[in-house]
Amino acid sequence: MCLTISQAREALRKREISSVELTQRFLSRIEEVEGRVSALVTKDVDLALSMASAADEDIREGNISPVTGIPMMVKDVILTKGTRTTCSSRMLSSFIPPYDATVVEKLREQRTVILGKTNMDEFAMGSSTENSAFFPTHNPWNLECVPGGSSGGSAAAVAAGETVYSLGSDTGGSIRQPASFCGIVGLKPTYGRVSRYGLVAFASSLDQIGPLTQDVADSAVVLSAISGYDPRDSTSVLYDVPDYTQFLIPDLRGMHIGVPQEYFALGIDPEVQRTMQDAIWEMKKLGADISETSLPHTKYALSCYYIIAPSEASANLARYDGVKYGFSYGEGKDIWENMGKTRGLGFGPEVKRRIMLGTYALSKGYYDAYYLKAQKVRTKICQEFEEAFKKYDCLVTPTSPTAAFRLGEKVDDPMKMYLSDVCTLPVSIAGLPAISLPCGLVHDLPVGMQIIGRPFGEGDILHAAFAYEKATKWHELRPKDIDSDAWVTSN
Amino acid sequence: MKLSPDEVRYVAELARMSLTSEEVERFARGLSSILDSFDMLTEVNTDGVPPTTHPLSLQNIFREDIREPSLTLTDVVANAPQKEGGFFKVKPVL
Repeated sequence: MCLTISQAREALRKREISSVELTQRFLSRIEEVEGRVSALVTKDVDLALSMASAADEDIREGNISPVTGIPMMVKDVILTKGTRTTCSSRMLSSFIPPYDATVVEKLREQRTVILGKTNMDEFAMGSSTENSAFFPTHNPWNLECVPGGSSGGSAAAVAAGETVYSLGSDTGGSIRQPASFCGIVGLKPTYGRVSRYGLVAFASSLDQIGPLTQDVADSAVVLSAISGYDPRDSTSVLYDVPDYTQFLIPDLRGMHIGVPQEYFALGIDPEVQRTMQDAIWEMKKLGADISETSLPHTKYALSCYYIIAPSEASANLARYDGVKYGFSYGEGKDIWENMGKTRGLGFGPEVKRRIMLGTYALSKGYYDAYYLKAQKVRTKICQEFEEAFKKYDCLVTPTSPTAAFRLGEKVDDPMKMYLSDVCTLPVSIAGLPAISLPCGLVHDLPVGMQIIGRPFGEGDILHAAFAYEKATKWHELRPKDIDSDAWVTSN
Repeated sequence: MKLSPDEVRYVAELARMSLTSEEVERFARGLSSILDSFDMLTEVNTDGVPPTTHPLSLQNIFREDIREPSLTLTDVVANAPQKEGGFFKVKPVL
């Protein structure tokens, strides 16, 4: 069984275990399974142990935050001062950030313990973690399957019990889809809820950082710890941060939930459909008022996203010029040849594909037809959600059309790969919060349900998810492939 | 829409990204099919619809213009492939 934040915190508070001991247990768990999972790009033992002993000092003084002394991992797209941050790219393979991301700064202040940095699709572009320039990550439920992506390392590490929780980033589904594939809980906050300062930019109007956890209660704890306005991110929002654990209510009476039919017509595996029907029935039994609804513009979200995200990426990734930091080709005759070769040799195939797509969509003569048109269709998608949330508190859909697919299965067909995010993209486009949580097994692999909320409705989606989780306990299932009896918690 | 190898090379030039001839061929084929799939957006009537600028139509929030500590020069150039006396060093621009 894997350890949750709540369990670890109890053990630490009662002094049954110290943070240093807890950290050492996770470091040895990493030793035990990492050869099979490959979730980590960088493991920092010295950093972890020094953070743990600082946490122990705080605990001795009775100074305990909800995450004090608890080991976690950070997706390698989030800056950690003094610890290499690569974005799983050759371009940044030796980059040492001179400052912390705001989320990391917050978690350091709350004395969490950073075990290391997790593998991902290069610059967060991908849905399987196969686009990492270093190595692919394996799904702990079936090592021949992908863990999803782009936060595949963060999700696989939680599922394999290598960490208590982790942070990921989500631009079009990169927290939710890997959470679904690995049988854990992943939450993408409302755009602006969590500061993006120190998150290496992919598509700035879509990117958000969020937690990957063993259960819904942990998701609420981490969200409370990382949320809030940050003067260094002018798109972060001034709204107060509630204690999200107050929304963990095991009963859905009075809650209105909509089931948008279009999400069940997106090439969903019939077994996933069946799982979703069971989940909806379960929520009805918990007292929710559930009805079918329609969001007709859903089918346009994929095209919309693959214009907007690559366009923003092509602008954001212009900073990798071989001058300021990162990989640099230096043999050319002038700066232009060096820049071209630096980018040609430093970026992998998917990143290049998106830079090309985005540059094309923004180029003279095509801007109106692609980028402007996509931003207008985006407005229609946003308006449609806005209408739906006049009637419903939450919307429920599958997280991904299928369970985890096999390594190599979709790597040569970008359109096929993109379809894996068809249920999560519309939500990102509208900037809404959504959580994915386990709702069953299909062919021995976990399946996730996506619960979508209105802007800043994180409380509603945590409420719905918590009640469902408590009634069904799918989250207690753990991968067999990777589990060993030696790993049992002390409680 | 079919992209020609010349068009691919032109876009790569705009992106300051050198491509091998195999990559040019591959992108000419691969990007065309992705661009074709975008045609479905023309079905959507967007007359009079404003483009999204922020998904939640919130306004940017700016801080007061007060001097605050920032990175030291040493930190700023620490990761530079080539540097000299606190400057980034590059090959001739012109």
